[in-house]
Amino acid sequence: MFGFGILSGVTFLPLVGVAFLLTQKGDDETSLKNIRWATLATTIATFVLSLVVWSRFDTASAAFQFVEEKNWLGSGLVYKMGVDGFSMPFVLLTTFLMPFAILASWDSVQKRVKEYMIAFLVLETLMVGVFCALDLVLFYLFFEGGLIPMFLIIGIWGGKRRVYASFKFFLYTLVGSLLMLVAILAMYGKAGTTDIAVLLKTDFPKEMQTWLWLAFFASFAVKMPMWPVHTWLPDAHVEAPTAGSVILAAILLKMGGYGFIRFSLPMFPDASTNFAPLIYALSVIAIVYTSLVALVQEDIKKLIAYSSVAHMGYVTMGLFTLNPQGMQGAIFQMISHGFVSGALFLCVGVIYDRMHTREIAAYGGLVNRMPIYAFVFMLFTLANVGLPGTTGFIGEFLSLTGAFQANSWVALIATSGVVLSAAYALYLYRRVIFGALEKASLMSITDLTPREIAIFAPLVLITIYYGVQPQPILSATQASVDNLIQTHTALIDAIKLAAAGH
Amino acid sequence: MIYAIVFLPLVGFLIAGAFGPWIGARASELVTTGLLMVCAVLSWIVFFDVALGHDHGYAPIVGNWMTVGALKVDWALRVDTLTAVMLVVVNTVSSLVHLYSIGYMHEDPDRPRFFAYLSLFTFAMLMLVTADNLVQMFFGWEGVGLASYLLIGFWYQKPSANAAAIKAFVVNRVGDFGFALGIFLVFQLTKSLGFEEVFAAVPGLAGKTIHVFGMDVDALTVAAFLLFIGAMGKSAQFFLHTWLPDAMEGPTPVSALIHAATMVTAGVFMVARLSPIFEYAPTALEFVTIIGAVTAFFAATVGLVQNDIKRVIAYSTCSQLGYMFVAEGVGAYSLGIFHLFTHAFFKALLFLGAGSVIHAMHHEQDMRNMGGLRKDIPFTFAMMTIGTLALTGFPFTAGYFSKDGIIEAAFAAGEHRTTAMIGFIATVVAAGLTSYYSWRLVFMTFFGHRPAHPVAVNHSHDEPSTDDHAHGHDDHGHDDHGHHAPHESPLVMLIPLAVLAIGALGAGYVFEPDFAGHAYAEFWKGALFTGEHNEILHEMHAIPAWAGFAPTAMMVLGFLVSLYVYVLKPGTAEALARTFPRLYQFLLNKWYFDELYDFLFVRPAFAIGRLFWKGGDGAIIDGLGPDGVAARVADGARLAVRLQTGYVYHYAFAMLIGVAAVVTYFVAGGLR
Repeated sequence: MFGFGILSGVTFLPLVGVAFLLTQKGDDETSLKNIRWATLATTIATFVLSLVVWSRFDTASAAFQFVEEKNWLGSGLVYKMGVDGFSMPFVLLTTFLMPFAILASWDSVQKRVKEYMIAFLVLETLMVGVFCALDLVLFYLFFEGGLIPMFLIIGIWGGKRRVYASFKFFLYTLVGSLLMLVAILAMYGKAGTTDIAVLLKTDFPKEMQTWLWLAFFASFAVKMPMWPVHTWLPDAHVEAPTAGSVILAAILLKMGGYGFIRFSLPMFPDASTNFAPLIYALSVIAIVYTSLVALVQEDIKKLIAYSSVAHMGYVTMGLFTLNPQGMQGAIFQMISHGFVSGALFLCVGVIYDRMHTREIAAYGGLVNRMPIYAFVFMLFTLANVGLPGTTGFIGEFLSLTGAFQANSWVALIATSGVVLSAAYALYLYRRVIFGALEKASLMSITDLTPREIAIFAPLVLITIYYGVQPQPILSATQASVDNLIQTHTALIDAIKLAAAGH
Repeated sequence: MIYAIVFLPLVGFLIAGAFGPWIGARASELVTTGLLMVCAVLSWIVFFDVALGHDHGYAPIVGNWMTVGALKVDWALRVDTLTAVMLVVVNTVSSLVHLYSIGYMHEDPDRPRFFAYLSLFTFAMLMLVTADNLVQMFFGWEGVGLASYLLIGFWYQKPSANAAAIKAFVVNRVGDFGFALGIFLVFQLTKSLGFEEVFAAVPGLAGKTIHVFGMDVDALTVAAFLLFIGAMGKSAQFFLHTWLPDAMEGPTPVSALIHAATMVTAGVFMVARLSPIFEYAPTALEFVTIIGAVTAFFAATVGLVQNDIKRVIAYSTCSQLGYMFVAEGVGAYSLGIFHLFTHAFFKALLFLGAGSVIHAMHHEQDMRNMGGLRKDIPFTFAMMTIGTLALTGFPFTAGYFSKDGIIEAAFAAGEHRTTAMIGFIATVVAAGLTSYYSWRLVFMTFFGHRPAHPVAVNHSHDEPSTDDHAHGHDDHGHDDHGHHAPHESPLVMLIPLAVLAIGALGAGYVFEPDFAGHAYAEFWKGALFTGEHNEILHEMHAIPAWAGFAPTAMMVLGFLVSLYVYVLKPGTAEALARTFPRLYQFLLNKWYFDELYDFLFVRPAFAIGRLFWKGGDGAIIDGLGPDGVAARVADGARLAVRLQTGYVYHYAFAMLIGVAAVVTYFVAGGLR
């Protein structure tokens, strides 16, 4: 396609949809309908195209595949795209979830529908771009560019305190981004290129690694988010519209984890080893601290947001164990969290659309009138607490197994999270779903509509299917993880040898 | 065949769960019950083939679950004698409980959901007992926990049921926390989680120390200890027992199936299954003995004074599980499983009998409001008496063989180990207490007279909700129960009682030689592992005569005291309670464990959560971070000077704390 490869196709296909939407004028029902269907069609087409990529993807290889490279305006900057085992699952996760986000906004967004849909499609392009970019500058552009549509989505279609939430997010990310930009310039100065494939093979001096690692860490830790730079997330979630929360939790949070695997771990192996205790400490603090905070939340979305921070704690912990179980578990946990937290936010959206409140105290006894909803919510609650047979278990179990081998104390504290997560999740479920239906406002609440059932059914199936058969995802990441661990061990051994030689 | 046994209940669950509202309650009942009947028959066939026959067992692999590095986990269905015993127990009791529930639940509008849950539970339990690796066992383990949660909270309108359900799940999760850590440690030690590989590696690890949690400790002892914490949670042992009495909020058939016969015995099963590990961890076994002994005694003392008929039996279950752990702790795994087997019959019988009483009394559970029922419901009375005889160990009933065997084994082992002697003393005393509270239950329920003025409702343990329209009790007139004549239960409820009664009477006599007698080796075929110096099953026959008679004597004593207090001289119990008010309150309030845990864990968790939220996130992180910056910027140039002077200290302070934390961490370094 115009000399571009299939990855560019996946990345920029949503922009084709945007082009169509721009031609739509008028606010009448017909054009609104057109806009919605066109957006949905675009996201589905993008998903299908990404499935084509997936079908041709060679899981046995750790190398970058479908690589395409072009000079960019002759400026020395390079447009380079490609995927490997680390990025492929995230590309699929993104394209898979977008149609759900659109469907979730079908009726609930009535104001500036066209702009809303455009923001989401642009966001999709930028998110897929992040996972496909093989050039550091290109990555940075996608990575930071993704913030703009998200700001707009929260800021325009958000709740009452949307300005505060966007502002808080901005403040946090600003610091991280600037530091990362400086680090990118330093790396360019050292290696003479921003090509990620080349950088992966570049040996950065030890001291430099420390500073580069810290700069990247500043940015990824905020995105993740890790304790103590997590406080933007609950506010952003609470204020964002449902689909915004879904995308934020399911995909934007994964960019931090992806950054760690793509840059910090392979490019700065020395620093990663040295800083692993810091990561462990912040991770286990996150797991225990945010789980306890989740226990006392009064807002459903905030509770799920805090639970997300706790779950991301397992991810950072698992990644830095640098053993197969820990790393694969962490990646799986990210994918699983994409389905599960996305679905949980959709669940909140269902009752928010009906009652326009997220206060836990405003609900109770919903099972009496909404049995299907109760089942769906129960399933994702259980997946969230890591019940075996759901995807949530695989990620938690593997990352903890890995962590135990790396450091038994870390695993001990982190495992206590399974008790706390059960407590806050079931306590929430009890207050919202169980009990007698006594509140007058809930007497006429209705169960899921066919559209909502259509949204949840695939997510339910996938959560159980990959919980019982996780191997397709695990083997997709396996070659790349093994490769990273081998290179890493070789490097560390070489350093030890050199140190012994002195 | 094993595929059918394990997956038919899943099919039943899916049919009743997904199509229940369309096919109706009757069809859901018939489908799930029918499928379970098939499973039960097939299970007995497997039992005859594998346990009593010459089939050495098999473990067909259903598929791969996950493979990551050295970690390889399969879905497999392992069948050996131990599994076959559990299959028989689970499917027999489950099918009878399904059948019984058709009668017991006939007024409930949510029957399809109820039967779906029962079948889901059965499926999870079968996955647990057929597991061929620790992870699948964990799958079943959490699966039964889920089913238990759903069934305890089945009447979701009742706040007490919801609270009990959460409590059960969370306390079990505390146990699972240990179980999970045990799994991680086993993987670290053996680089495998499949039973065959792990068991093969264990002898080589004996005596090896490992650096874990900052200590150098015996590897297998820690592993066995951590795994046993899981068993303590599931089997409601001392410290983690608090959920079991509350679990009585669930419908009575659930209590019989899950909280007496099957799920709570999963911990006992686990220790037996992992006997190759525990045999090499003698210190952990001593811990098992002590916990079992304390539980057997503790639960029996609490059972003495409870007034809710189901709670008495619940504490009895807790206590009997303690016996099983004492057996395993002294190395007599087969006796532990034997007691599990016989206990399943008579305890399910007692629970279902209690259900029949409750049904007759129109959902009255307080024994103080019962009395004289032997004339109204004679069949139930007979069945309950049989269950009580078996539980108390009346000669030649089921409990006599298994329970007395445990006590004898504990005495025999007590010659080498103090912990085993503690186990002996505790179980003998508990035998007396068991006899007392069991007969107390019978006397209070079936003898004497019903009081004219019922005792006010005891903290809302009334069975289904008082929400009449939801459960269709209108025609029963909930408010004036006790004035209706009690009525015998329908046949679907009585047949299961009769079947279980046969087991309660005969299971001990028939199977004693196989489980723990001369046919031991041919029966178990190596499914249980015992070390070369473990001669407990022979030593237990060489104990002095008085030790052998002690449990029977205690049983008679308990019966006589109970007879005196409740039949010959009614009113003695109240007088005793008045004479020792402190002790009475202490026992009535279950040693104040709920209050203690509430004070130690529940309140602090919420308080700390609030502190972290408002103080940590709100005041410190946001206050010094974004909000602080925002406030300063908003204050503008007017305060620019202060920004550089006053508030810099805030940041410096925050940074100092941060630096201090990080430095401390690195200094403490090597912490692993």
